[in-house]
Amino acid sequence: MLGAVLTLAVPAFAAGFGLAWAARRLPADEEPLTERIDALLPQTQCAQCGYPGCRPYARAIADGSAGINQCPPGGEQTIRALAELLGREALPLDPACGTEPGPQVAVIREAECIGCARCLPACPVDAIVGAPQYLHTVIERECTGCELCLDPCPVDCIDLVPVRPVPGAES
Amino acid sequence: MTAPTEGLSRLHGGLRLPAQKTHSTGAPIREVAVAPRLIMPLGRKAGAAARPLVAAGDRVTRGQRIAEGRPPVSANVHAASSGTVAAIEDRPAPARDGGAVPCILIDTDGDDRLHEDCRPLPDSITRDPAALAGAVEDAGILGLGGAAYPTAPKLAEGLGQGLEALILNGAECEPCISCDDRLMREQAADIVSGARLMLTILGIRECLVAIESDKPEAWQAMKAAVAEAPEGIRLVQLPTVYPSGGEDQLVRLLTGREVPSGGLPADVGYLVHNVGTAEAVARLAASGEPLVSRVVTVTGDGIAEPGNYRVRLGTPMADLARAAGGYTERAACLIMGGPMTGVSLPHDDFPVVGATNCLLFTREPPAVSGEPERPCIRCGECARVCPVRLQPQQLHRHAGPVDEEALALFGLDDCIECGCCDLVCPSHIPLTRSFRRAKAALRLKAHERRKAERARHRFEARERRLSRREQAARERQEDVRRQAGAEAIREILERRRRGRGDED
Repeated sequence: MLGAVLTLAVPAFAAGFGLAWAARRLPADEEPLTERIDALLPQTQCAQCGYPGCRPYARAIADGSAGINQCPPGGEQTIRALAELLGREALPLDPACGTEPGPQVAVIREAECIGCARCLPACPVDAIVGAPQYLHTVIERECTGCELCLDPCPVDCIDLVPVRPVPGAES
Repeated sequence: MTAPTEGLSRLHGGLRLPAQKTHSTGAPIREVAVAPRLIMPLGRKAGAAARPLVAAGDRVTRGQRIAEGRPPVSANVHAASSGTVAAIEDRPAPARDGGAVPCILIDTDGDDRLHEDCRPLPDSITRDPAALAGAVEDAGILGLGGAAYPTAPKLAEGLGQGLEALILNGAECEPCISCDDRLMREQAADIVSGARLMLTILGIRECLVAIESDKPEAWQAMKAAVAEAPEGIRLVQLPTVYPSGGEDQLVRLLTGREVPSGGLPADVGYLVHNVGTAEAVARLAASGEPLVSRVVTVTGDGIAEPGNYRVRLGTPMADLARAAGGYTERAACLIMGGPMTGVSLPHDDFPVVGATNCLLFTREPPAVSGEPERPCIRCGECARVCPVRLQPQQLHRHAGPVDEEALALFGLDDCIECGCCDLVCPSHIPLTRSFRRAKAALRLKAHERRKAERARHRFEARERRLSRREQAARERQEDVRRQAGAEAIREILERRRRGRGDED
């Protein structure tokens, strides 16, 4: 009786200690879940998901407080990729967050810009250049088309236009 | 036809195609009169265009530099004849993506005056590798085999790589094209002297000239030219198999070495240049004339006088067609390049560019078999003929909705788009087209990924900056509070001391 208990208990304890040691000492072999989720998001930083940027949203998905269907710029493709990564069901895009826009980019109608500089802090990727009392402009290459600069503009001089085909990216 | 040289390696797959070259090889190369208007594109793609050095209204002369290239993506552009700059505007380029590129339009004056700086290169330059390489770069010489990659950066790739030999590509394996054949027959001596100049730049002694066995006249002419000064240059006769003239295929045939996936021939010790490019280098040395013309094969049953024509770069294709006797009633399609790899153009209002080795006017596009596409029956014929030893049927399976991982696994990037698989497919699947599309889709995806990566960096940098600013503000506040606190304590102590003093 005692022999049987020991036969099972000793290896079980040994394995348990071994695993505990390994978990503490050995480095995790995968990057944290947040990173992997963040890598799938489109990095528009538009906050339409209800979180202030892609990384915060990724963190929220990782700890289970957010759904995977709240990213309009990523659209169906991103939802599918997230579903596959997390083993969850691919849901349709949450309409409360918005609809999937095509790739777009902000353009300032320069004749109408009054140089108020309010759109500058709104841009999550610092893609608008300008200073108070000077004309602003959008760096097309860096703009993610997140629409966050539209609201602060007092004269509504910012348009979102579809992205032009990228030279060199297709042929 | 003569027998191929002994001791060559074998090319995997490939096809023996009907050459269809005889009706353009009969007559010597004819010079085409300068067109009234030349359209000179400043690059192959919009993002990589050369910077114009002239403005509308300027007078220019033949050989004058009118745009400064940005190596390695674009080369200098020179006026192909004398005249007045009419405009600088965006025009569609004769290329597969057909995007607009900036072009300089020249109204020619008919004098065709040469620019005063165009003088034969002195010995001090032709003997000095660095100076000669600089002259080739200044002259804006492009690879004239069909890809039009600037020659100077390509030569520079070979420097310091421990090159074994320069390979001059005179294979011209694609049907219908015969400009290299005619050039070798008529200007063999120039090609050889161009090869010698290239060898000087590279600092090596060995040169292999590869010619397919279906060009006996070119072989004889080249042999005679080489016989005058034989050291270092060796002629090699290739079996007539398409696509033996592909760079990597040629290296494999001649040397048995395999260019690594994603690598260049220079990685295995060879550099491949077209015979036409060598002739352009020789022309530069002999007359100082930069790249302003090339030989173009004009052929097909849609043209009255098929043949080879030396034509100024920038000449509208319509003018070239007129010089070649005009269209017949069977002209319905225009293909730039050969029937296998050429680009179908929607009209003839494009200029002749460095990549224009052939204009093919036909009744119907040669790539289309006319039969409807049927499902793949997995016969494996395509894999048998693929010169790169890919599995086109597998690629095709994963190219529908693009499966990036699978396509990378099956080596989509190594596909040279030769079109052999299309020809043998019993189900008439346009394989090459689907590979091209898949490549474009992957490029777009990669571009989006890069963009997202950049946005993430910028977002994170901004977050760091904002939090740093917030932190600094908090510290300042803390400091003020601490200072205020210290002052209050001092005040209390002071008061106490005073109080005690009062009691005493």
